[in-house]
This record gives sequence, C-alpha cells and structure tokens, in this order.
Amino acid sequence: MNFPVLSVITFTPMVAALIILMLPAQRKNEARGVALAAATFALILSFWVYLTYDQSAAGYQFIEKYNWLPALGISLHFGVDGISAPLVLLTGVVMFTGVLISWGDDDKHVMAGIQDRPREFFAFLFLLAGGVFGVFVSLDLFMLFFFYEIAVFPMYLLIAIWGWIQTREYAAMKLTLYLFIGSVVSLVGVLAMYWLQYKNTGVLSFDMILMENAGFSQTFQNIWFLPVFLGFAVLGGIWPFHNWSPDGHVAAPTAVSMFHAGVLMKLGAFAALRVGIMLLPQGAHTWSWLIMLFAGVAVVYGAYIAFVQEDMKYMIGFSSVSHMGLVMLGMSTLNRNGIMGAGIQMFSHGVMTALFFAITGMIYDRSHTRQIPELGGMSKIMPFATIGFIIGGLVSMGMPFFSGFVAEFPIFMGVWEVQWLVAVIASISIVITAAYIMRNIRQVFFGAMPEKLEGHITDVTVLDKVAITTLCLFMIVIGLFPSFMVPLIETGVENVLRLLGGS
Amino acid sequence: MFTSTMFASILPEVLILVLGMLVLIVEPFWKEEKRRNVGWLTAGGLFVAMIISLLFGQPGEPTSTLGGMIRFDWLGFFFKMLFMFAAAATALLLMDNDKVGHRGEAYLLLLASLLGMNLMAVSSDLVMLYLAIETTSIPLYILSGFMLNDEKSTEAGFKYLLFGALTSTIMLYGFSLVFGFTGTTNLYQLTDMFKTGDLPLVTALGTMALILVGLGFKVSIVPFHFWAPDVYEGAPTPVAGFLSTASKAAGFAVLLRLFFVAFSGFAVSWTAVLAVLAAITMTVGNLLALPQTNIKRLLAFSSVAHAGYAMIGVVAYSKAHQEWSQLGAASVIFYLAAYIATNLLAFGIVMAFSKVTGLEDVKDYSGMSRRSPWLGLMMLAAFLSLTGMPPFGGFVAKVFVFAAGVQAGYVWLVIVGILNSIIGVYYYLNVLKYVYLYRMPNQDEENHPIPLTRPYAIALVVLAVGVILIGTVFAPWFSWSNAAALNLF
Repeated sequence: MNFPVLSVITFTPMVAALIILMLPAQRKNEARGVALAAATFALILSFWVYLTYDQSAAGYQFIEKYNWLPALGISLHFGVDGISAPLVLLTGVVMFTGVLISWGDDDKHVMAGIQDRPREFFAFLFLLAGGVFGVFVSLDLFMLFFFYEIAVFPMYLLIAIWGWIQTREYAAMKLTLYLFIGSVVSLVGVLAMYWLQYKNTGVLSFDMILMENAGFSQTFQNIWFLPVFLGFAVLGGIWPFHNWSPDGHVAAPTAVSMFHAGVLMKLGAFAALRVGIMLLPQGAHTWSWLIMLFAGVAVVYGAYIAFVQEDMKYMIGFSSVSHMGLVMLGMSTLNRNGIMGAGIQMFSHGVMTALFFAITGMIYDRSHTRQIPELGGMSKIMPFATIGFIIGGLVSMGMPFFSGFVAEFPIFMGVWEVQWLVAVIASISIVITAAYIMRNIRQVFFGAMPEKLEGHITDVTVLDKVAITTLCLFMIVIGLFPSFMVPLIETGVENVLRLLGGS
Repeated sequence: MFTSTMFASILPEVLILVLGMLVLIVEPFWKEEKRRNVGWLTAGGLFVAMIISLLFGQPGEPTSTLGGMIRFDWLGFFFKMLFMFAAAATALLLMDNDKVGHRGEAYLLLLASLLGMNLMAVSSDLVMLYLAIETTSIPLYILSGFMLNDEKSTEAGFKYLLFGALTSTIMLYGFSLVFGFTGTTNLYQLTDMFKTGDLPLVTALGTMALILVGLGFKVSIVPFHFWAPDVYEGAPTPVAGFLSTASKAAGFAVLLRLFFVAFSGFAVSWTAVLAVLAAITMTVGNLLALPQTNIKRLLAFSSVAHAGYAMIGVVAYSKAHQEWSQLGAASVIFYLAAYIATNLLAFGIVMAFSKVTGLEDVKDYSGMSRRSPWLGLMMLAAFLSLTGMPPFGGFVAKVFVFAAGVQAGYVWLVIVGILNSIIGVYYYLNVLKYVYLYRMPNQDEENHPIPLTRPYAIALVVLAVGVILIGTVFAPWFSWSNAAALNLF
C-alpha cells in the first residue's frame, strides 16, 4: 500500500488544530508556529499530489478506501481527479498564505493579524481547512457531506468572534443559515439518490463512482437536479442566493475572507459539479438553461454592483459573485471548453481573490478604513502590495499572460457554442470589471494620500510579502505556461463529458 | 426452575439492587461532610455493573424468560447499558450539587429509577411494563422536588407528579382495554391477536391513543410536553439532565417494542398518526425554544424537538419492507445514544457553570470561553451536536434518521425535520454567541475562572469524548443499534 497522502493532507490540519488547542493560552507564538508548520506541510504534500498526478492515466488517483460503516455502504474513500487536484493545491496555498497574513505582530499602530485568542482562531481555521480538503478528495457522498458541514460551521465562529465589529453577528448568522439551508436541501436529494440506487442496482453504497452508473431515470433526475445543484451552488455564491457572500466577506477577518472567497466558494461550485452535474447528467441537460440564466445574471449583476461599491471589501465581495458566476456559467454549458474554463477559473479566482483580500486586509489594518474615497497614495509606502494588487487586477480583468485569461477565454468560447447572446451579454462584465479595478487602483494606490493617514501608514511585513509573492507566482505561471494546469484539468473534464455524453 | 438464562436476563438489575443496598448501608457510616462520596460509590458501582453485565449478561437469541414477563434480547441490553451510563454520569454530576449531593437518598432514588428504566426496556408484558414505568417515575417525582426549600423545585416535583399520575392512569386504561379485547397481556402474543379483522380500526386507534398519552408524556412529545420546561427549570440540574435523556430514551424503548411488535397489525394507521405528531413536536419544540432566555428552559424545548426528530425513525416503520423498517429502528436507537451523551454534556456544563456562578440565564454565559476555554469548547461540542453538525454525534444521528425517513417514503416529514434543524441552528448558535463572542460586562474574565471539581471534570470529559466518538467512529455504535433493532422483528 502506498503512502496515504490524501488522508494525511486532510487530517493534518485537524490534528494541528488539536495540538494548537492543547497549548497554553498565553503561548501565542507557539500556536502560530504550529499553524505555520502544519500549513507548510499540507502545502508541500498538496503540491506533490498535483505534480505527481499521472495525466496519461487520468481518472481517480491516489485512491484510498477504508470501510467506515459497511452496513450502510459508507466508506472513507479518497481520490483526486484532474478537477479536484488543482483545488487541493489551491487550498494548500490559501491555507499557507492565510496563516502568514494572520501572524500578527505586536506593533502599536498596526492592528494586523489576529491578536485576540490566536489559539482558538487557528484551531477553528484549521478545522475548516481540514473539512475543505476532505470535500475535495472525498469519493464517498456521505463523507463529502460530513466534511462539507465541517467546513461550514467554523465560519460562524471565525466571523462572529474575530470579525468586523459592526456587522459580524448579523453576517455570521446570515451566512450560516444560508449555507446550512443549502446543504440540507442537497442532503435530501442525496438521500433520495442513495435509495434509488439501492432500488435499481441492489447496492447500498454512498460511493460516487458506483453512483455514476446507478441508472437514475430521466424524471428522477429532472426532479432532483435543481435541489441538489442549487443547494450546493448556494455556497458557490450563485445568483439569487449570493446575498450572504459579500456580507460575510466584509465581516470576516482577513484570513477568513481569503478562505471564504478563495476556497469555500469553490467548495460549493465543486460539489455542485461533482454531485449535481456528474451524478445527475440528464437533469443537468434539462436544467442547464436555468443555471446559465442564473449564472449570466450573476456575472453582469455582480460586476455592476461591485462597480458602485465604496467599501473595498464589498467591491471584492461582489466581484467574487461575478467571477464565481463565470464558473457556474462555464459549468452550465456542459461542453468541453466551458467546463475546462470553469475548472481553471476556480483555481485562478481562488488565488486572485485571496490576494485581493489579503492586501485589502493589510491596508485596513494600517488605515482603519476600507472606504475607497478615504484612501490614497498607498503605492509610495507599500509598493510591494501595490504591485501585487495590480497583478491581481490584471487577472481579474482577464488580461492575456495572466491566469484569468486562460480561464475566461474558454468559458466564453464554451458559452458561445451554446448561446452566443449570453456570451455577448456576459462579456459586458469584463468591461465593468476593468472599470472598477482600475478606479480602485488609481484612487487607493496612486491618488493623493489624505492628510489624516499621513505618517500612520507603514509598509507590509516580510511575512505579508512572502504571501503576496506566493499568490502572484501562481497567477503568472499559469498565465505564461497554461500547460502547467490546462492538460491536467482536461483529463478531469474528459470524465465529466463521458458522463454527460449519454443522452 | 430458575435457570442461568433467567439470571443473566436480570443480571444488571440484580447488580443495581445490590449497589442500592450498599449505598443504604454505607451512607450512615460516613460523616456528614463526606456523604458526597456516595456519588463515587454509585458511579463506580454502576461502571463495575456495566462491565460485569457486558462480560456475563450478554443475550444470545431473543428469549422470553421469567414467565413471559421479560424479553432477553439485544434491544433491551443496549438500552440498559445506555441507561446505566447515563445514571453513572448523573451520579457524578449530582455530587457537587450542594442541596442534593450530600444526601445518600438522592443516589438511592436515582438507582431505583434506573432499575425501573432497565425493566421498561425489557418488559414483554403489559403488567410488567406498567410496574416498570411506575418504578421509574415515582423516584423521579421525588428527585425533581428534592430541594424542599426551593419553591421552583417543589413546584417541579408536584407538577411532574400530577402530570405523571394522570397520564399513567390513562395509559393503564388503555392497557386494560387491550387485555379486554384480546385476552392476553403478552406483547409478543398481541402481535397476532391485535390486528385488523379481529378488531375495528376505530377501537384499536382509540386504545393506542390512550397508551400513547402515557408514553407521549415520558418522551415529551407535543401535546404532552407541557411539564417539561417547568420541571427541567425547577428540578436539580443533573436530575433534569437525567429526565431529558435516560427517561426519554426509556420511553422510546417501550414505544418501539409496543408499536413495532404488539401493534404491528395496525402499522399503516399509527405510522400516519405518529408522523403528524412528530412533525408537530419538532415544530412546536423548536419554535418555543427560540424566545427562551433561561438555558434550562431552552434545553427543555430543544429536548422536545429532539423527541420529534427521533420519532421520524419510528415512523419509518413499514410492514411491507422489513429490512427498511429495521434501519428506522436502528436509527432511533443510534439517535438516542448520541442524544443521551450530548444532552447530558449540555446539562452537565449548565450544572458546572451554575455551581460557580449561581446563574442560569443565557446572557450570563457571556465571556464563558474566556473564563474557561475548555468548558467553552465542551459547550461548543454539545451545542453543535444538538444542532447536528459534524464531527459530533448529532450530525450522523440526524442523517441516519433522515435517511430512514426518505427510504420509507416520508420525504415531507424529512423536509419538516430539515426546516426545524434550520430553526435549531439559529438558537443553538445564539447561545454559542454568548459563550464565545460577548464579554462579561465591566469585568476582566481572567479574574473569574470557572473551576471544575473532579467529578465534573471526569463526567464532562467522558461525555465530550463520547459525543465526538459517536460522531466520527460511528460504525460500532451503528452495528450495536442495528443488532438491537433486529431483535424487534
């Protein structure tokens, strides 16, 4: 038996969370140290999985299977394919940079990082991270759900305790209720699938690979596709169920915003693809027009709302809605280009938005405001962060040579194949995105610095720079060398198309 | 002839009786200030009794012993172990309750009621069943009103007594009707005699309704739940915990055996009735829990709601598909196991907290996680488990119950259950908000720690680990529940 790398990745954060909790409360730096060590370890392992995934063999790899409850067909079944391997890597990257950002130094002027109870903060954050890893690698529906819920509830505490004091209670509760409602709606669908499979094939199992061949009837798929897909897609921020997301972003502390937008929303999109589209493909064919409609609205509407925001975090929050709309739009095409673009966009947007939130957090920690008109001139004091933000902005706008282009171009091609009008309308969002990103860069980084900020602003720390560099590196590498990611995702898309092709 | 099977079938009860007498004998010899050690004796004794029963008292094939009064099977055995575990934890939690824990009678009453519960789980005869239920109830009436100088406690004891006496007489009337119609009191003979064709449907439903009043009171389903909040609020906290867990589970044990075995002939009718009751119970329990400000009342309504969730598994009984119904029964038993650990943990924390602070309102929990991080974490575990979040027991239990419901075709009921879980998220998280987010007004929390005495520390840690184990390594618990459920058919 090979080294069980996926379960090690999944349980590393959880074990680290336990170790951190065992430390005495006043040993803040030890808690941070353990967190960083675990995050680095998980990043290295997930990178290793990404690089050693055998593209010629394709399919599910690094498979581990342990019977957990044979009586009901529940097993701890892990494996990654071309779509989930990049997401595992993404989680590793965001986790690593998230810890760096939250380190918190004891500077009087800078309220950076997490000063209050870092022990509990990192423990909850890592519990969440373990849940996220678990969802991406689970091939068992029950376990997918198990980890999905683990990934959701720490958000409540993370936002409610360490969030922005003005909206945190409201936003945390709103987010939790939205996500919980979404997940339980999908749960009913999943249970229905489970029993129908048993009726059809006589196999009692939550195994998703088996469920792909369960022979669900057309009517069944038509009925259950929407609850299952939309239930998960709530976490993906699909319009009209996106409302929790910007509020949550704004209220969350920096590292949690990074996790939330960078990884958690991918969790919803990924689960919607894996469970909704892959297990109920005929339902997907029936309802793809509706998903395309919702996603199309999300793309344009999200971008437009982002454009009129004055609060930087709200702006990025709504831009996430817009970009995740592109992911959903790609999925709704049900063709090769669209789904492949969606796969790349998930990674690209995850890294980009994590970078945005990280830099916004750095600015807020120093200036204590996120209002774009109240900021200015940051480029003189924090040039490093400025460059990072510009790179992120270029990715966001879909500039060639950056990962955003590699992702968005196939999506629009895929949409054009299905319905050219949607592609035209959705492409308006690119213009709007360019407008708000450039406005933001000009005002915040290059405008004149307001007098009251003069003298209070310090440069970002070394750890922050490491985080920014790591995130930028991925966006540039994928932009310059699409072959770093595209062929890998293609192998995963192949499998999705095989399942969709039957009708 | 008294055979070894007969003895094995009541081995735990014999041991409990011996332990009770030991408590009576030993207690007067201890000085006043050392009396709380009776709690160690009770908990330790129960632990030993569990081990002995597990070693020598395991049932084989289901058999009827002691003149058909007792059914010796896994269903009863699994419930017995649950009750004894719950009673041991309760004994530990009682020890440092100043008004109760220093009096040996409290532990004796606890054991007496435990004895009744054990017999409830194994009775296979209506006469035996009634006696067992009364043996359970009467000591609990006394325990609820144990704090004589406390008005609320007295009120709780008296209220519990009045409600209990009323409902149990109604149930007894139902029993007598069953006997009148069929001429037998044995549950397993009733299977063949109490069925459509022999009996008009209206008569049968009426009789079952009378019996349901008594059982509904025990498991506190709506509309027989009125006593719960007042009694939980007034009774000594560990007793309230015991009432809301073991006593409720005992009610479910009887419910399963009565309805799955004796009344299986009318399954189509009573599943429909119970489905409606389950839906109402969940909804009323959760909605009334929303505005509560006292944590014990909140837990009381939440325990009403949880009776409703567990009931989904009972409803999932369908005569046509035996293996399906088996999952329903197994999920109920699993649910109860998870719920017992979770709710005892919750009540234990409430007890530990109010012992130090003397306060029981939700808002008094402000800053608790700063005052005692570990107690805060345990509170987190208990409340998230009640919410139904992994990796705690409540999540798996809920999924199993819902799975059984979907399987039996009760999708609407599962949807009601899910809507209710969402209401639950709101008020459970609201409590955690006080624990984790709010600060003590004008105080530095560091100066107000919440020290745990040793019995609390042991009981709470065991329960918290139990909640997490049930929620992660659920295979063994499920196979035991399944083995127990199998004995119903």
